[in-house]
Amino acid sequence: MITLNINNKNYNVDVDPETPLLWVLRDTLGLVGTKYGCGIAQCGACTVHLNGAAARSCVTKVSSAVGRKVVTIEGLSEKNDHPLQKAWIELDVPQCGYCQGGQIMSAAVLLKENKNPTEKDIDNAMAGNICRCGTYLRIRKAIQLAAEIQRKGG
Amino acid sequence: MKIKKTYFFPLKAVTALVIIFSVIAFMSFGFKNDLTVTNAKNEIINKDSVESVKAFMDVYKVLMSPRCMNCHPAGDIPLQGDDNHLHNMYPQRGKDGKGIYAMKCSNCHQPTNVEGLNTPPGDPNWHLPPANMKMVFEGRTPRQLAKQLINPKTNGNKTLQKLIEHADDGLVKAGWNPGEGRTVPPLSHEEFKKAWITWIKTGAYAPKP
Repeated sequence: MITLNINNKNYNVDVDPETPLLWVLRDTLGLVGTKYGCGIAQCGACTVHLNGAAARSCVTKVSSAVGRKVVTIEGLSEKNDHPLQKAWIELDVPQCGYCQGGQIMSAAVLLKENKNPTEKDIDNAMAGNICRCGTYLRIRKAIQLAAEIQRKGG
Repeated sequence: MKIKKTYFFPLKAVTALVIIFSVIAFMSFGFKNDLTVTNAKNEIINKDSVESVKAFMDVYKVLMSPRCMNCHPAGDIPLQGDDNHLHNMYPQRGKDGKGIYAMKCSNCHQPTNVEGLNTPPGDPNWHLPPANMKMVFEGRTPRQLAKQLINPKTNGNKTLQKLIEHADDGLVKAGWNPGEGRTVPPLSHEEFKKAWITWIKTGAYAPKP
């Protein structure tokens, strides 16, 4: 039995320690906001936070998450009011939406470490998250808006 | 009759010899400064420029192979694959060489290799050299790379002894366990280590330009 702390809640799961964290999140625990995209850490759809750092959950063994705090898109904020979520709604960023959870989780790491990112900072930080609908321009704008909301205390 | 003794003193010959030896000494001094390193601990035990350069050329083949050079790029984006293309998704070096924001090396590179073809190779300490000492291999000639490697100001502050130990660094050895779909360096790690140590212990000579 493996104990995981996900979104500030403990879960006991009976899985092989080698199982990718993504499979446990989605198939065992039903936290399906985190998406399977490529399965080889190439697209970013499966991005979660491990102790505050971004992690590609499709290649992260569940054993690596033991003793660490896992945050998924469901746990980014209690009331879906993270500045990024507010900005995403305000600017109507998603098209199909499949990659957006990963996009937001990556952007959250950026905004935690850089309160006022330039366009170049955003492009560099988000280059690992692919959007097949091509919503990149709206994503960039939303991150700038979220930074502004964050700076104003929102 | 008193015979006056005369002594022949080959002034011209002696002068010529003094000049020749002076020139040789001056040249060898300059040559030594240019091509070898020593340190106070006598870590070099047997200077041999021919053997040293020969060993370095084996070392060079390994260091310029994709498994080594890809993480010692000339720019701030690592290289990838056997053709040394820019790493997919253009991850940046960052100050400490471990990436930036949500694009840190360890976000994808796990402590061990991920199973499957061309999946991210792993090591607990995956990183590039830091921004303040990039230790570039890409584009370096054998001579440039040898000189870079033995200079603590360009080799990560390593003494010769630390350089020798570096052959067994975990991330160095990861080059020989690259995961499916990637070639290994042209020498085995054992052969590389032998050449590396030979190069250093015979004087760490840099090949001629």
